[in-house]
Amino acid sequence: MSNIDLNKIWNYTTAKESKDHILLKEKYDLFINGKFVKSKSRKYFNSVNPATDEIIAKISEANKEDINFAVKAANTAFKSWSKLKAKERAKYIFRIARMIQERAKEFAVIESMDGGKPIRESRDIDIPLAANHFFYYAGWADKLEYAFPNTSHEPIGVAGQIIPWNFPLLMAAWKIAPAIACGNTVVLKPAETTSLTALKLAEIIEESGLPKGVVNIVTGGGKTGSEIVNHPNIDKIAFTGSTKVGKLIKRSIAGTHKKLTLELGGKGANIIFEDAAIDQAVEGIINAIFFNQGHVCCAGSRLFVQESIFEIVVEKLKDRMSSLIIGDPLDKNTDIGAINSKEQLATIKKYINIGLEEGGEIYQKKCSISEKGNWFPPTLFLNVSQSHTIVQEEIFGPVLAIQTFRTIDEVIEKANNTPYGLSAGVWTEKGSKIFKLTKELNAGVVWANTYNKFDPTSPFGGVKESGIGREGGLHGLKAYLKFK
Amino acid sequence: MARINVLKTYKNFIGGKFPRTESGRYFQIKNGNEELLANMCLSSRKDFRNAVVVARKVQKSWQNATALNRGQVLYRVAEMLESRKSQFIEELMMTGLSKSHAKNEVELSIDRLIYYAGWSDKFQQVFSSVNPVASNHFNFSLLQSVGVVSVISPNDYSLLGMISVIAPIIVGGNTCVILSSEKNPMASISFAEVLNTSDVPSGVVNILTGKRKELLSHFASHKDVNAIIYCGDNNQEIKEIEHLSSENLKRVKIYKHKNWDHNSSQSPFFIETCQELKTIWHPNKV
Repeated sequence: MSNIDLNKIWNYTTAKESKDHILLKEKYDLFINGKFVKSKSRKYFNSVNPATDEIIAKISEANKEDINFAVKAANTAFKSWSKLKAKERAKYIFRIARMIQERAKEFAVIESMDGGKPIRESRDIDIPLAANHFFYYAGWADKLEYAFPNTSHEPIGVAGQIIPWNFPLLMAAWKIAPAIACGNTVVLKPAETTSLTALKLAEIIEESGLPKGVVNIVTGGGKTGSEIVNHPNIDKIAFTGSTKVGKLIKRSIAGTHKKLTLELGGKGANIIFEDAAIDQAVEGIINAIFFNQGHVCCAGSRLFVQESIFEIVVEKLKDRMSSLIIGDPLDKNTDIGAINSKEQLATIKKYINIGLEEGGEIYQKKCSISEKGNWFPPTLFLNVSQSHTIVQEEIFGPVLAIQTFRTIDEVIEKANNTPYGLSAGVWTEKGSKIFKLTKELNAGVVWANTYNKFDPTSPFGGVKESGIGREGGLHGLKAYLKFK
Repeated sequence: MARINVLKTYKNFIGGKFPRTESGRYFQIKNGNEELLANMCLSSRKDFRNAVVVARKVQKSWQNATALNRGQVLYRVAEMLESRKSQFIEELMMTGLSKSHAKNEVELSIDRLIYYAGWSDKFQQVFSSVNPVASNHFNFSLLQSVGVVSVISPNDYSLLGMISVIAPIIVGGNTCVILSSEKNPMASISFAEVLNTSDVPSGVVNILTGKRKELLSHFASHKDVNAIIYCGDNNQEIKEIEHLSSENLKRVKIYKHKNWDHNSSQSPFFIETCQELKTIWHPNKV
């Protein structure tokens, strides 16, 4: 028997999640009026596995006619759905929640194949949270009069919902669940690169017996999205995506009757004080920026370290980065998966070049990267300041810009000095400091001694250019009701 | 010979001072008999921008004042208005209101201030929540002021309408810049005198007189304004505001109704309109 060599690096053996039990069709059509129908465009585009470059399915591209059809179906369905007894509405939504739970593993595998995120995250976060979101809002359907006492309200009508590629199923749940719980009907468009779990959700919706036309799922790119935004018979737009597109949407529906909620970009400040529990904080900082390859609108992409602990924090961050496992999203050991698309990879690389040109000092985890697929190593930038592009603009990748500070007022000023205001984090063991910071940081969500936590009961959304309105919790209902 | 009355010069109210418009322009307010009542400042974009600067400067300290303190400040405004009730009734009558209408408007204005003064330390309790997340965290959501608000004040109910809009804005810790009723701006500037003699910190409320047509676009597009409230039903103006406010994703609230004398024109939802919800997480497992 050989002795165990403690000085040797131990590698995890692969622990690959099986793909055997998942069902994927070769081609996916549009889900309109309760069934899958062929697009009038007759066009399909490929959904590609970003870790392998393999085409995993063909997806329909919905055109104007298709959107017309979907909106018409949603409009017709609205008449009866909005009148249906609320407790019966609830039961359909509860049923959808349960059916997602039953098929959770299948959804997790497809989410990781289609979007590149580690199976650990899709299995433990995306899919259960999506199911829980339906479960949470199902319960609200027949209790709305308790949510907003002394008001009279009614459902808005048809909601056009456009969601991003970073949390495909979860974002679909965030949009659909409160909308239908309040009695609205939905036309939802998933992101071009990650349509599959929304289409699998359409299968569940079909099987659940939800009345036809209540939820319609149409696939396509930006053009399809703009057909939704500009459709005259849509009463509400809910969009999650970039600030640039959010502003365009707001502009294009100006003067119409459409209501609007926006969840947009961010440049979250994560602040670590010298009195923080440093090891826990380092773990939190890693999670804040590298969770989901940094494809997170609320990512803690600006780190502020109090000067006295700068060296130790950076050293520990580098240490921790060295043990991150980058690779096959379907491997249960993987910490960091594939970058969602070639376009996003190009954007990240563009920002890296800008960071270097502007004098930033880069540190990247060394790792061997597969030739196929889209990969980017976890990256730190040191020696940057408030005026650097990579400090100001959202990169949406695993890139952390590190700055230092001396005083509490200085760091509040720096953290708030951005057009964004989605999220922030603070790490300290001193209670009064936590409350001072959570009060002063101008953001919709503040995590203290934690980061990147989500829950159906917890309202989420930004201030300033990070968006308008909240999703989640009691407050998230407001976006789907019309108050008289 | 009868005594010659002393006429008041109506000027803007910016940062606790009464400057004339930097543009040097004016417009005239006349009564039903076409007699001149006042030359009002025809304010410019520059006046507006100056007002935003002071409103921004004082916003944080006003937001950080205690809720109790903000309530007492609003109450003080009501006290000051009560003591000058007859002056306001007279002024509203000069511009064509009957005595009973004028009296009713002034009294309702005072009551509305008291109403919102009382909400200062209560609305937070109504709208905030503790959220039972399914993990080991304590999680709560509370309201915080949106920041600087620009206001296109109602044309009708020049006094009551304006007070109904600004009281809920400032009780929530925001500061504001107001374009007063274009039709009847005199009472708004007299109200500025009330604000100035109560304990409202300079810059919390700033009032300009002028033309919607000229100033609307600036009120909607200014990048350091967080929200805009528009009172009126001109669809072209509403569209312009919604369009221009996209630049910095300003929050937009449109009040189309005109019944400012009605009870439905006061509620804590008018306060909530100019608030942002903030959610805070902290672990609760050691």
